[in-house]
Amino acid sequence: MDSPSAFSSALTLVITADPAFVGIVGLSLLVTGSAVLLAAVIGLPLGCWLALARFRGRSAVIIVVTALMGLPPVVAGLALFVLLSRSGPLGALGLLFTPGAMIAAQTVLVLPIVIALTRQIVEDLHQEYRDYLASLDLTGWRAMPTLLWDARFALTTALLAGFGRASAEVGAVLIVGGNIAGHTRTMTTAIALETAKGELALALGLGLVLITLTLGVTAVTYGLSRIGARMAGGR
Amino acid sequence: MSSSILPLTVERLGFEAGGRRLLRDVNLTLPAGGVTALLGPNGSGKSLLLRLIHGLLVPSQGRIVWQNAGRIGGRKRHAWLPQVPLMLRRSARECLLHALAAGRVPGRAALADATLERFGLSALAHQPARLLSGGEQQRLALARAAALAPEVLLLDEPTAHLDPSATREIEALIAALAAHGTTILFSTHDLAQARRLAARALVLIGGELVADGPLDQVMSHPTRPAVQAFLAGDLLW
Repeated sequence: MDSPSAFSSALTLVITADPAFVGIVGLSLLVTGSAVLLAAVIGLPLGCWLALARFRGRSAVIIVVTALMGLPPVVAGLALFVLLSRSGPLGALGLLFTPGAMIAAQTVLVLPIVIALTRQIVEDLHQEYRDYLASLDLTGWRAMPTLLWDARFALTTALLAGFGRASAEVGAVLIVGGNIAGHTRTMTTAIALETAKGELALALGLGLVLITLTLGVTAVTYGLSRIGARMAGGR
Repeated sequence: MSSSILPLTVERLGFEAGGRRLLRDVNLTLPAGGVTALLGPNGSGKSLLLRLIHGLLVPSQGRIVWQNAGRIGGRKRHAWLPQVPLMLRRSARECLLHALAAGRVPGRAALADATLERFGLSALAHQPARLLSGGEQQRLALARAAALAPEVLLLDEPTAHLDPSATREIEALIAALAAHGTTILFSTHDLAQARRLAARALVLIGGELVADGPLDQVMSHPTRPAVQAFLAGDLLW
């Protein structure tokens, strides 16, 4: 198929909401959305705790978490594959080649981003808020709700960065999901497969949706940062 | 057991940082009621003393004794306002609600609205606190502290960054709080402001408390050359 006709077929898939196409987009959003949600539930309090706690080895933990932001997806996928494979320590869960495994893989990729950025954002804010919060007896874990709430715009940006990382990755979900049609096929794995097969229409259609998603994420990030700046008094 | 955190007693208080003695052998007593001015030039240790009294720093020597450990019903009954009050990234009303929630005060919404009204901030209730003017922010900070009904207010140069009009408003609020029974200890290097507000003066110079007494007496009969020089407006260093 030549490029112009592939592009027009892609548009048809998007406009007519082709069921297979919609299924792939839906699964991708479900997997990525769930992974970001899980990473938020785990990573926001952990990052906040890391910002406020003082313990031996804290610097080493911060370095490791920050370094894990660049964890190659295929390495994360491989590690999870070993853990989830039938003979692996978590094989009994039967998660391999299911959306659950893909959510776990993307959570592993997004979690360090959420923890590291939350730690930095909250630590900076705490420098400013420390005396005021201490004057209200809000120290330690009691300071966390105030800090997380007042950092909400910056933290949303951190979560969106995680969303961007998860939605664009292909290696981890390919390894632990298996790219099974109608079951574990996401936008990125489908694009890789369809391109390899020469089926450019579906690949281009999915590419369009991915780009639209990326633009949407950027627009939301920009909008939130503007609101945050306004709430912060332009500082 | 007394239901007051006063009198406050400060005994032989000292503070060192970076190998420097910033406060030495400060002794004072703060009884209930009245307005006390803590006078001294910049760098004399006024802010430091207020922060120590409020418990934000740990003394290097000596002790600070509040009755009932400064708490009644589990709540800290002394409040502190820094020179530039911190405004949360929230509306003025939400800033008040936050302080009331931290103090576990019941009936927060009604109390927040009443306090905004009392401090002339109702029209600004939903404005982002950080977008308020310096005077409005200081008023909100006073409202936030007053809403928790502290027995003692520790104010660190409450009008240092304000113009005369805003200064007048803040001074009127401080006087009103004192008239309602709040004990006030405020730092300033503005002698005229001390005369307008306070009945008692403490003079801190170079980390030492060099005068403590009725304001008129301290002003008219300084007992030490350093106090005399400060009150005369001489440059001390």
